[in-house]
Amino acid sequence: MALFTIAGEVMKSLFRKPATLMYPTVPRKWQAATRGHIGIDINACIFCGVCSKKCHTHAIVVDRPGKNWQIERLQCIQCSCCVEVCPKKCLTMEQAYTAPSTGSVKDSFHA
Amino acid sequence: MGKRQIIPFGPQHPVLPEPIHLDLVLEDEKVVEAIPSIGFIHRGLEKLVEKKEFTEYVYVAERICGICSFMHGLGYCQAIESIMEIQVPARAKFLRTIWAELSRIHSHLLWLGLTADAFGFESLFMHTWRLREKILDIFEATTGGRVIFSVCKIGGVRKDIDDAAMMNIIGTLAGMQDEISRFCDVFVEDSSVKHRLVKVGILTEADARELGAVGPMMRASGISQDMRQLGYAAYRELNFAPIVEKDGDSYARTLVRIREIRQSFDLIEQAAAKMPAGAIEEKMKGAPNGEYFARLEQPRGEVIYYVRGNGSKFLDRVRVRTPTFANVPSLLKILQGCDLADVPILILTIDPCISCTER
Repeated sequence: MALFTIAGEVMKSLFRKPATLMYPTVPRKWQAATRGHIGIDINACIFCGVCSKKCHTHAIVVDRPGKNWQIERLQCIQCSCCVEVCPKKCLTMEQAYTAPSTGSVKDSFHA
Repeated sequence: MGKRQIIPFGPQHPVLPEPIHLDLVLEDEKVVEAIPSIGFIHRGLEKLVEKKEFTEYVYVAERICGICSFMHGLGYCQAIESIMEIQVPARAKFLRTIWAELSRIHSHLLWLGLTADAFGFESLFMHTWRLREKILDIFEATTGGRVIFSVCKIGGVRKDIDDAAMMNIIGTLAGMQDEISRFCDVFVEDSSVKHRLVKVGILTEADARELGAVGPMMRASGISQDMRQLGYAAYRELNFAPIVEKDGDSYARTLVRIREIRQSFDLIEQAAAKMPAGAIEEKMKGAPNGEYFARLEQPRGEVIYYVRGNGSKFLDRVRVRTPTFANVPSLLKILQGCDLADVPILILTIDPCISCTER
């Protein structure tokens, strides 16, 4: 009967939408909880540096005198620990992944 | 007796998801002996414990493997919690059980797909992986990650699943069961599949005991042993019995994994029904001082986490004995006397995870 199972599935597949997406033409839908990348509302940031101290991979560098917040995207493991400890709640976990890259990607935010 | 020759198998081979090398000593088409060599993807993750604080090492532990990542994090956390005598809240234990069983379903579906691919049944491979995607979607909805979850922490878990989301998961799983059963029946009943699996690579019960086989490899040879019976996480509260088959061949190993998928569905339903309300983590103070062996049942078999702390935030030692490492002697045993054409499928029937093995 296994033959009929597979034959039936093949027939269904002929009339069904593809199970895959035509990426990147069709963008994928993110789940509400997806951990994509860290976002920051730089105007709310007080440059306390707690996120930098709690970052397990040392991806975040905070320059308090220069009012600069910098993240190395490929070093970040999206564990979300910085978001949890931020006292001003200015860090957020955004859903979309960052773009593929072959080298270092440093994003700087200046207040 | 034919002339002996050696054929190198791997580290790059279409059937191997990860690199392992075997020197196959052949007489005509029969394998006389297989000599393994590993070391292609050693990453030094155990050494890294000297540089990472014990709370941070959870994120390293779950990167040991990309398939049973949650259970690696869980094994490490359980070892630390036992040393520090932390009482994990009951709800966290049930959540850990649910994520662990979802990991088992997706790992076994992945294995079924790889096996179908190995014996050339491409459409079956595609369909099993299509079904696996739905499990990964559940992971993404509940933890935020599809492969690395980062939800297990020392003292509990970092994310909760509320009742409405849990009902959704149970509904999704109930909808999948029928479809998974239909495709599993193809593995069980199809004559071409059986032709490649039945009476191929027989491991007797005595050999399984002597060579220290673990997991589905051992249970397919008639040994009833499952580390979940130790009652870690919430398994003490759930009703289940180890899945055992008698024949010890590749077909029996497939049957064990298929029946374990069904068992995991049942365990998730039980856990969701019995899950208590309450906190999901216990606050931790101090640093581990002492040593502990944690034993868990991963999809591939028993994993052992040995952790030794010295009272500081940096551990003295972490050692992981992975199931694939324990199953390599059994693999070499079943390769003896097999046909060259059966070597790929026999390597796959131990469900090799070389990244775990080399760390």
